[in-house]
Amino acid sequence: MAIVGKERLQIISNLTRPTDERDKMTLTLFFFYLFSIVLIAAAIMVVASRNPVHSVLFLILAFFNAAGLFLIAGAEFLAMILVIVYVGAVAVLFLFVVMMLDIDFAEMRKGILQYMPIGALIGLILFLELALLAGSWVILPEVADSSVLPIDNSISNTKALGQVLYTRYVFLFQGAGIILLIAMVGAIVLSLHHRSNVKRQDIGKQVARDPKETVKTVKVKSGKGIG
Amino acid sequence: MNDLLLDYLPIIIFLALSAIIGLALLVAPFIIAFKNPDPEKLSAYECGFEPFNDARMKFDARFYLVAILFIIFDLEVAFLFPWAVAFKDVGWFGFWSMMIFLAVLTIGFIYEWRKGALEWD
Repeated sequence: MAIVGKERLQIISNLTRPTDERDKMTLTLFFFYLFSIVLIAAAIMVVASRNPVHSVLFLILAFFNAAGLFLIAGAEFLAMILVIVYVGAVAVLFLFVVMMLDIDFAEMRKGILQYMPIGALIGLILFLELALLAGSWVILPEVADSSVLPIDNSISNTKALGQVLYTRYVFLFQGAGIILLIAMVGAIVLSLHHRSNVKRQDIGKQVARDPKETVKTVKVKSGKGIG
Repeated sequence: MNDLLLDYLPIIIFLALSAIIGLALLVAPFIIAFKNPDPEKLSAYECGFEPFNDARMKFDARFYLVAILFIIFDLEVAFLFPWAVAFKDVGWFGFWSMMIFLAVLTIGFIYEWRKGALEWD
């Protein structure tokens, strides 16, 4: 029996699909390990680096790799927000803090060992929590279905977020707005001090000024001056 | 999900290229540049006079205020993205909830403007 036309195409595509899928999986795994390894290395360097400015730069690298991991998990929006907000703004704030505070970091580093136990404890607690979270998915895979909002894979996650954030979670959304407002007012109240003896430009006054009141054209006769 | 990752292939290529160029520019001087260091050459150059203190001097706190105000409006814009994407689905309720959100932040913006937080001195 000869296999022709569409049928043959079907068979060929069926033959090729498994390896194709596998290739994609290995590619995803490759990027997962790449991002994870760089992320962990950067996170260690944040703590271990001698120069605080380098620490912040390593933090930015860690943020970027975390964004990569979010992308692999399919959380596109979160990944982009991480880059925009954390890399674009929070890291700059960290840099400012590092540069603004006049701290001798080498001096501070001397006492680092005495904080080691509590740091290790917090790390352990975080690790256990993550293990619990991941473990519950392994033990009970149906946990995913019991979530309050079932995940719909047919729409992009930015859209899925938009569909619930502004209607279903409107109070949380407005709360976020009010928190931002308070942060803005608080930052201004705490840190805004205008110096009193500074001459400021008042653009309204400048524009409203009438040339007739301020400029006088005089014809000066030669040798006599304005007088 | 893999199709989504394929959409990001250009970015991966871009990152790989920039990493290669950055590393090449970092490593090339070590290999090809002529090196003959002496203490004067290695000291920080500061317009002819001796550098008098650490390069990391204290910043004015006003830079910080500008950065914080920037972050707040950055977050406001971040909230706008999903709204714009799901604009057809959220209906009038979603539209007005975003308008209220923007109004609240506009109050903050007016406050900031009237207080002169956007002016330097």
